Amino acid sequence: MLEVEKKDKFVDHLLASGHTACPGCGQSLAARLVLRAAGRNVMVVNSTGCLEVFSSKYPESAWEVPWLHSLFENTAAVAAGVEAALKITWQLDRVRIIAQGGDGSTADIGFGAISGMFERGHDVLYICYDNEAYMNTGIQRSGLTPYYARTTTSPPGRESMGNWRPKKDVPQIAIAHGIPYVATASVGYHLDLDRKVRRALSIRGPKYLQIHVPCPLGWGSDPAHTIDIARLAVNTALYPLYEAEEGEIRVQRIPRRVPVEEYLKLQTRFRHLFGKDGAKQELEEVQRIADRNIEKYGLLGK
Amino acid sequence: MVKGRMLQGARAMAEMIALCRPRVISAYPITPQTLIVEELSQIVADGDLEAEFINVEGEHSAASVCLGACAAGVRVFTCSSSQGILLMSEVIFNISGMRLPVVMICVNRSVSAPLNIWNDQQDSMILRDSGWIQLYAENNQETCDLVLQAYRIAEDHRVMLPVMVCADGYVLPHAYEIVDLPGQEKTDAFLPPYAPIYKLDVDNPTTMGAYADPEKYMETRYMIQETLKKVVPVVEEVARDFSGAFGRISHGLFERYRLDDASTVVIALGSMAGTVKDAVDELRSGGEKVGLLRLICYRPFPGEALYGALSGAANIVVIEKDISLGASGAVATDLRAIFHGRKAAPRISGFVIGLGGRDVTIDDIKFAINKGQKQFEDADFIGLKEELELEGIDA
Repeated sequence: MLEVEKKDKFVDHLLASGHTACPGCGQSLAARLVLRAAGRNVMVVNSTGCLEVFSSKYPESAWEVPWLHSLFENTAAVAAGVEAALKITWQLDRVRIIAQGGDGSTADIGFGAISGMFERGHDVLYICYDNEAYMNTGIQRSGLTPYYARTTTSPPGRESMGNWRPKKDVPQIAIAHGIPYVATASVGYHLDLDRKVRRALSIRGPKYLQIHVPCPLGWGSDPAHTIDIARLAVNTALYPLYEAEEGEIRVQRIPRRVPVEEYLKLQTRFRHLFGKDGAKQELEEVQRIADRNIEKYGLLGK
Repeated sequence: MVKGRMLQGARAMAEMIALCRPRVISAYPITPQTLIVEELSQIVADGDLEAEFINVEGEHSAASVCLGACAAGVRVFTCSSSQGILLMSEVIFNISGMRLPVVMICVNRSVSAPLNIWNDQQDSMILRDSGWIQLYAENNQETCDLVLQAYRIAEDHRVMLPVMVCADGYVLPHAYEIVDLPGQEKTDAFLPPYAPIYKLDVDNPTTMGAYADPEKYMETRYMIQETLKKVVPVVEEVARDFSGAFGRISHGLFERYRLDDASTVVIALGSMAGTVKDAVDELRSGGEKVGLLRLICYRPFPGEALYGALSGAANIVVIEKDISLGASGAVATDLRAIFHGRKAAPRISGFVIGLGGRDVTIDDIKFAINKGQKQFEDADFIGLKEELELEGIDA
């Protein structure tokens, strides 16, 4: 097992301030927490998207670690190439590799490359910052957009209640690849996130970490509520937190069942479910997704 | 006696690539490239080359693995054909934009539809605007010689751009020829270890692949354009060094075949040149002043050197295995541009030949030359079945 760098309160800004993320951006906060956990001996390969754009506009860069951006869908393959180069030059004992992107580049356009990277066993931690739509291009639906969410390409209308499919279960697909570590995390629980990043980086081979990161602009939420909303997603059981080592799942339990409305009503992307006519059936359906998660993962209790 | 060994082209290329010591190789199988990467994976499996061979899930990732490894500071190699070249084209542009000296072989094959696995040069020609240096080989010996030179050119700090060596599918990798490969020591002397200017390094963190707004982007394109102009003499310089080091002529930008006093000059690229040389010889023996200029370095396009070499010709007959559909052959278009506005410009006719593996015969070449000497032609398809029936090749 690799020795993970000890937490250093001064190594706080490997993603430096001054970048151009929106106020309340969950992704920028999560990325900073990830780097704080990872330390300086890390190389980051970043896909195209908000994180790349708000942090790397030439001639400025917020990255205090080696950082490489190529394209939208090839991040896992580029990271595999970096890993191969470090392996053949005997640097892998001291340098770890993180590949990261949003939910669109992970679940949709870059999915084949990620599957290939997993299957070939590269020593790379792939991190998906899941804000549940293509935010960089203006809030379009992705494979990780939740049921009934309004996006600019899944708008509610006379014949639609918004997004018509549940989220693609990428963590379970990652587990099915037989990789040694898969976890979900939330920017709302930073200690849990910190621990999972350290745990993942201490393990050799491909790892997958999917972090739920609210996007105030895309979700229509108050930038001051980013952390609260992230926590509500966990506590409603709509975003179950768990980790799987060698396929063995361990969950982070929730103390009580919070109704999904508590989470949904804080976001204008679900406003059409709360109109004067209401959307009782749809709300029940979302609650059923949460209930199934509680049952499937045994989320309730201490 | 001829020096060298009788080798299948793919084996010779694989051995030459191994001599260049790439540390990461990544490829995805596609006919007719497969033989080369099969041979390379065996060389790695046998421990004769210390490299990571990454079997990827598609060509887009093959090029991406090479991009990442090259950014991390090691020499890389990839190889593809046809649809694979098209699939990796997004990454191809990205590699040159990031100034990464990746070297690849494009085993030239037609593009679909209809599906056709045989040779022409449409695949690499499509990428002429990508910022890659493109070198077209006539035979297996030259393919190997150009691979070695490609690394020298690409990694030259005056250049730092990727190079695509183009070798005609089936015609070259599947054919057995005598090939003289240099030893490891001579290869190493000619090609020093890769010394990147920038690389990913935790002790010296850099941001690679930053994005550029309208205030910055255009300069990156200008810099590649300016660099490519300076690559023309570098290609000549490396070819001279190669000829000196290995005692075998390397032609650099282009080969001149019986060009002196030629009033009609054929322009051709790649393996077809062998057939053109036979046609030229036959016409010369009949008293016709015909020659061949075989273009090796297509990108950067060596316009001034070509103008100098061709300015005595009355007729130029471009015969190429590609077509910019809806316009003309790519090479003919570029060649016409360098004579535009100059005095005594020759007549430059363009002929399209051998698409999808259609056989190219000496008679086809003579037919095109004859036609181009009589009148102007543009993107005239040679060897169409209907044409054979209607006019006959001697018309």
